[in-house]
Amino acid sequence: MLVTGKAHKVGAHIDTDAIIPARFLVSTDPVELGANCMEGLTPGWVKRVEKNDIMVAEENFGCGSSREHAPIALLGAGIPVVVARSFARIFYRNGFNMGLVLLEVGDDVAKLKDGDRLEVDTEAGRIRNLTTGEVVQCNKVPAFMQELLDAGGLVPYVKKRLAEKQ
Amino acid sequence: MSHTLAEKILQAHTDEEITRAGQIVNCRVSLVLANDITAPLAIKSFKAMGAKQVFDRDRIALVCDHFTPNKDIASAEQVKVVREFAREQGVTHYYEGGNVGVEHALLPELGLVGPRDIVVGADSHTCTYGGLGAFATGMGSTDIAGAMALGETWFKAPPTIRVEFDGQLEPFVGGKDLILHVIGRIGVSGALYRALEFCGPVIDALSIEGRMTMANMAIEAGGKAGLFPADAKTLAYCQAHGRTGDKALKADPGAVYEQELSLSVAGMGPQVACPHLPDNVRGVDELKGLKVDQAIIGSCTNGRIEDLREAANILRGRKAHKDVRLIILPATPRIWRQAMDEGLFGIFMDAGAVVGPPTCGPCLGGHMGILAGGERAIATTNRNFRGRMGSLESEVYLSNPAVAAASAVAGEIINPAKL
Repeated sequence: MLVTGKAHKVGAHIDTDAIIPARFLVSTDPVELGANCMEGLTPGWVKRVEKNDIMVAEENFGCGSSREHAPIALLGAGIPVVVARSFARIFYRNGFNMGLVLLEVGDDVAKLKDGDRLEVDTEAGRIRNLTTGEVVQCNKVPAFMQELLDAGGLVPYVKKRLAEKQ
Repeated sequence: MSHTLAEKILQAHTDEEITRAGQIVNCRVSLVLANDITAPLAIKSFKAMGAKQVFDRDRIALVCDHFTPNKDIASAEQVKVVREFAREQGVTHYYEGGNVGVEHALLPELGLVGPRDIVVGADSHTCTYGGLGAFATGMGSTDIAGAMALGETWFKAPPTIRVEFDGQLEPFVGGKDLILHVIGRIGVSGALYRALEFCGPVIDALSIEGRMTMANMAIEAGGKAGLFPADAKTLAYCQAHGRTGDKALKADPGAVYEQELSLSVAGMGPQVACPHLPDNVRGVDELKGLKVDQAIIGSCTNGRIEDLREAANILRGRKAHKDVRLIILPATPRIWRQAMDEGLFGIFMDAGAVVGPPTCGPCLGGHMGILAGGERAIATTNRNFRGRMGSLESEVYLSNPAVAAASAVAGEIINPAKL
């Protein structure tokens, strides 16, 4: 999948309370959660987002609670990809399970600035910065997680395993 | 091969041989947990997976503790979804109303978790059970749905950071201060993708409650698990809570650690995490004079009977400052009753405290103690992210129960030794 959009850059240790504050956790609806995405960082933040825009973050993005509402809120806001120096562990698993593309790029995150136009090849894990011409390659996904992705995510994977058990 | 605690427990639940950190293994799970916020999403995924029946109705725990007693219509609707699923599936361990307590205080006292167990929960503080020698970790709802359906899940065997504590604890210093000190030292991503393993004479002497407080906040350093050996104290705790057959557990001699930290607690006073990250830790005396509007004593971190006794020892014969709302939430019905029977509520009421029901409530900015803009709280909870307890313009300072109680009395952050 090729995604082209504007980069929205945030800092380090963006926690899940910033991504979607607890008062919105009375819903599981992607549209409702998306409308309040990043409300714990800056009220009204989501208004700047256009469909297919890309979140760019420093280290430990998604730290804190296990709420799957966080990746759902990002997807609901129209953000299909997050590029970060690193991700918090639970958020990383959740992102994969929800179909949010997460690209860990380490120090190269410095090559991506707020407002840059980015083109992301999600299969190759390659980010082309259309504003500066630079190309950033993400770290390789562990083989088992790639298998999960190839199977279409955890839901189809478990479905298949259940069918095998019967 | 010599194994760390994490490797040892994972190995006991898989047929694959664990030979290195980073290896991905499928493990059978002992217990699968979700709460009123995360279970509705897990149930949605469970159905999307085409699952008809949970793998074992005795090994699922559904605890409606976050927004309960239901704070509004939307949260009541969520609990209804969980309740109906629990009934339909015949889930044995379903808790709400008079049975419910804060999940990570509740499950240990019901004997549902113990040494060598693997517990996965759709709640990041599931790591609490590491205090009992269980490999316990938080996951999202869909991972939990998979575990509810299959009875197993995948793990990347984590590298381990071993933390040894030496010395003698000072008065008013306990598990909360030890873990805050570690988080302050290694940072909120210092244990990312790693297990923390705690040991040393200070740990041997620490109560099971204190160990659970420490394990609880392993996630605040980014950790996958916070593990303690299971010793005679652990076994006595488990037995007292109705479990049988548990055995002692410790890491193998010669186990390989990624990093080893040796910390001395000699001369260390109470620790406080300042806004807006749990690693912004300072000694309590550095914060003296900082006014507080609210003090919260409770949560899965510090809402156990030992914590309430610690608070009561400070509050006995004293009153909360007129400008401070002191809110005390015993974490489970059993703790509530015990506190009542021990006369702690009399002390709390005389101090002018509000004693509330067991709930996560204000810890995550749910209800029962939300902060307005410009307000500052001292809390025995686990997170002080911006806006965590209410307004984005409010502040949360994290401390142990004695510091929170003393600060409620003084109206400002204070070392209990100097009250």
